[in-house]
Amino acid sequence: MTDQRTEGAPATGEVVRAPALEMRGITKHFPGVRANDGIDLEVRPGEIHALLGENGAGKSTLMNILYGLLAPDSGEILLDGETVGISGPSDAIARGIGMVHQHFMLVPVFTVAENIVLGNETMANPVFLDAHKADDRIRELARQLGFEIDPSAVVGDLSVGIQQRIEILKALYRGAKVLILDEPTAVLTPQETVEIFEVLKRLAAEGTSIVFISHKLYEVLEIADRITVIRRGKVVGQADPKTATEEDLAEMMVGREVSLVVDKGVATPGEVVLRAENLSVADDRGSVVVDSIAFEVRAGEILGIAGVAGNGQAELVEALTGLRRVASGRVLLGDEDITNHSPRSLTERDVAYIPGDRQRFGLVLPYPVEDNLVLTDYHKPPYSQRGVINERAISRRAAELIPEFDIRTPSGAVPTSTLSGGNQQKLIVAREFSRPLRLLIADQPTRGIDVGSIEFIHKQIVAKRDAGTAVLLVSAELDEVLELSDRIAVIYRGRIVATVDGATAEKERIGLIMATGEATGQRVEGAA
Amino acid sequence: MTTERGAAGGMSVDPTTLLGGSGGLGRQALVTSIAVLAGLLVGAALIILSGALQPGGTLDFGLPLVAYRALLDGALLCEEGFQEAGILCEEGGILDLRALGNTLNASTPLIMTGLAVAFGFRAGLFNIGAQGQFLLGAFASTLIGANLVGVPFPTAAAIAILAGALGGALWGFIPGALKAWRGAHEVVTTIMLNFVAALGLRYLANGPFRDPGATFSRTPDIQPGAVLPTPIDGSPMHWGIVVAVGVAVAVWFLLFKTTLGFEIRTVGANPFAARYAGIRPRLITILTMTLAGSMAGVGGAAEGLGITKNYPAEYGTSYGFDGIAVALLGRAHPFGVVGAALLFGVLRAGAGSMQRQTDIPIDIITIVQGMILLFVAAEVVIRRLLPAARARRATATAAA
Repeated sequence: MTDQRTEGAPATGEVVRAPALEMRGITKHFPGVRANDGIDLEVRPGEIHALLGENGAGKSTLMNILYGLLAPDSGEILLDGETVGISGPSDAIARGIGMVHQHFMLVPVFTVAENIVLGNETMANPVFLDAHKADDRIRELARQLGFEIDPSAVVGDLSVGIQQRIEILKALYRGAKVLILDEPTAVLTPQETVEIFEVLKRLAAEGTSIVFISHKLYEVLEIADRITVIRRGKVVGQADPKTATEEDLAEMMVGREVSLVVDKGVATPGEVVLRAENLSVADDRGSVVVDSIAFEVRAGEILGIAGVAGNGQAELVEALTGLRRVASGRVLLGDEDITNHSPRSLTERDVAYIPGDRQRFGLVLPYPVEDNLVLTDYHKPPYSQRGVINERAISRRAAELIPEFDIRTPSGAVPTSTLSGGNQQKLIVAREFSRPLRLLIADQPTRGIDVGSIEFIHKQIVAKRDAGTAVLLVSAELDEVLELSDRIAVIYRGRIVATVDGATAEKERIGLIMATGEATGQRVEGAA
Repeated sequence: MTTERGAAGGMSVDPTTLLGGSGGLGRQALVTSIAVLAGLLVGAALIILSGALQPGGTLDFGLPLVAYRALLDGALLCEEGFQEAGILCEEGGILDLRALGNTLNASTPLIMTGLAVAFGFRAGLFNIGAQGQFLLGAFASTLIGANLVGVPFPTAAAIAILAGALGGALWGFIPGALKAWRGAHEVVTTIMLNFVAALGLRYLANGPFRDPGATFSRTPDIQPGAVLPTPIDGSPMHWGIVVAVGVAVAVWFLLFKTTLGFEIRTVGANPFAARYAGIRPRLITILTMTLAGSMAGVGGAAEGLGITKNYPAEYGTSYGFDGIAVALLGRAHPFGVVGAALLFGVLRAGAGSMQRQTDIPIDIITIVQGMILLFVAAEVVIRRLLPAARARRATATAAA
């Protein structure tokens, strides 16, 4: 909390090193918003400093200022104790600031080496690149960080985790001494996250300062040396990861007490609502990725499907929601065969779907919020009559739903793209939950959103269950599956290898089944 | 995650993003006006140069004003000293009915082909085929119109226009269906169909449907009942402009006030979300291309029934291609298309007068049209010049 410069003066002859990076009183206004309001941030050499805040708290604005993409209204930036003005990203790079964006900026058809040297090419002579020198340097850098990389591999063929390392190498290749990572784990699997943390710790040990932007509390506690929390453009405090708890951080971040544990009673399952029989689904390349699956979901219960991403969950959900054809087997809604029904037909049968990729499937980003709120209902009265849209009815609907589902937006008329991720997700939840619900299919319902919104959406899902809706929850976040589900089915290579009771499920056990597909010792009922 | 990247890649060639349709209608109109102004300024520089390069010419900085005045004279205004005795522009009138009529007649097919391209844009489709659709419309309407012997005016004209709409619709349906069922890109198929239409119809007008009594190769003249009349005395303006503006209003209503329009725009903005929402993108693709084709077809009908009265085998027209420019300048909005078509109509109708009065070649006007489009495409440059826009851009970045 205190200003480090006032802390104990050097008693011995030891020289106190200036912070690698210091931002003082950074203020940035946008019309109607104070995105940054006098923010102070200090990062020491070789420190992993977490910047924690909800979506829209001002983290990205602050980092864009540091990277020279935005000019602050006031405040100063110091590097190694010297005030600097950063005119743009190339200036930032020249001053040793590197940034790894959440969405990678790599050219997929280029090789690893080509991507890394792009814009900073090592030349053998004025015409030709010195490919060998670059390759050697890249291998050397990677080795220092504790992994091997093939500089001649084409980036598009590599996994997301490897691509992220390439981004980090790219920044280091340009001589980054301060590395900014914007939500680096958002796109990674748990295993990849563990691996990247190793890399980052190693990097910090060698003296690189790291700014780690995140809203995932447990991650921040695991990796950071110090944590600065910002809320609504202001620093609300600093925390020490050795003593702070997730609850402390959540409260600082959201500004009120947040319940991280879902408060839910015992389920009272009713009749079977969704039944998959011997269901097989192929992916885009035609290989079978869902292999003769069978399960059922009853009214008033939440069935969670746990599994490492890429084990057929995405295809399973698409097949159940009419977005992908079923290769063989049957899907029943109650007694009715709904195999290969269209999305519209399912909507009319009171099936709701929260898509895993909200910006791709769930929303039309350029549309006003109110149009997205009726995206699955626009063709029905009162929103339209005989093919003519009733704009007033749509606006009225938006005026009801926006406060009810706490969607933070200036009005229903603004483009949906201007909303934060959490509010976009609440928009989808508002749309899907505000009509009669028989079956809810929720795919990664809280991916990449802030704790406040997660809490809200979890409560809504449990409330729907209690009202008698059958809920199928698919999530790569094991914690989420464990907290919400009444029963848990573990999917492995397209098969359900175990079904366990949610109340007694142990995290380690399920994690092991997810990773190996072996379900020894567990009560197994769903294995085909 | 790779699929997400793929989708983003697909978006970047989405024609709706080419339109840069950011900001409200008023702002878009402002940016477009600046583009038009900038185009005229570049044209002015060229006019000065062109004047200086003529035999005995000098750098005359007043020449652009004279030339543009002559252009307006030819397109809209009463020309001083060029009044035609006794009919027009007497008693100090300002607007020249004859010139205005020509301007509106030139704008009519541009409105229709512009709508055909703009309508496709809204569904994420790049309809380069307005030219072929226009020709099909002209051919079908004049051929039917020639055979409606004894049918009185509104009926015969209506039937002939409908024939033109159907002809254009067929030429839109083919690429739409190929895209929906076979994944053939509409840019490729529509370009190819333009050639098929131009050369195929030339053959038909030269051979099986040639009017034996005509001195040059063309189809027979249409029956009097199918001719679009000129309702105003002293003006060549025919009913086509009324039809075109009516269609523009109808297209606006369809796009922005109906569920079908919502579906078309949703498919254009995010085809994945459209499927999720229960819309069938393939069906919408076919429907959009068919309707777009019918619009260009009506444009061909208006030209055929109002101006040429037959289909000439050597039909040298570029209304369909100009429709792409009109749609871009009009920001794929039906009313923007009408405005852009009127502007191009003025430039086109007035260019001859400019050449007569100042010896500036007509081609300068083509360059001006091209420059206007270039500035529209370079919206980013214009945005930087607008301080209010800069602030707004910053907000967008912050929100992202």
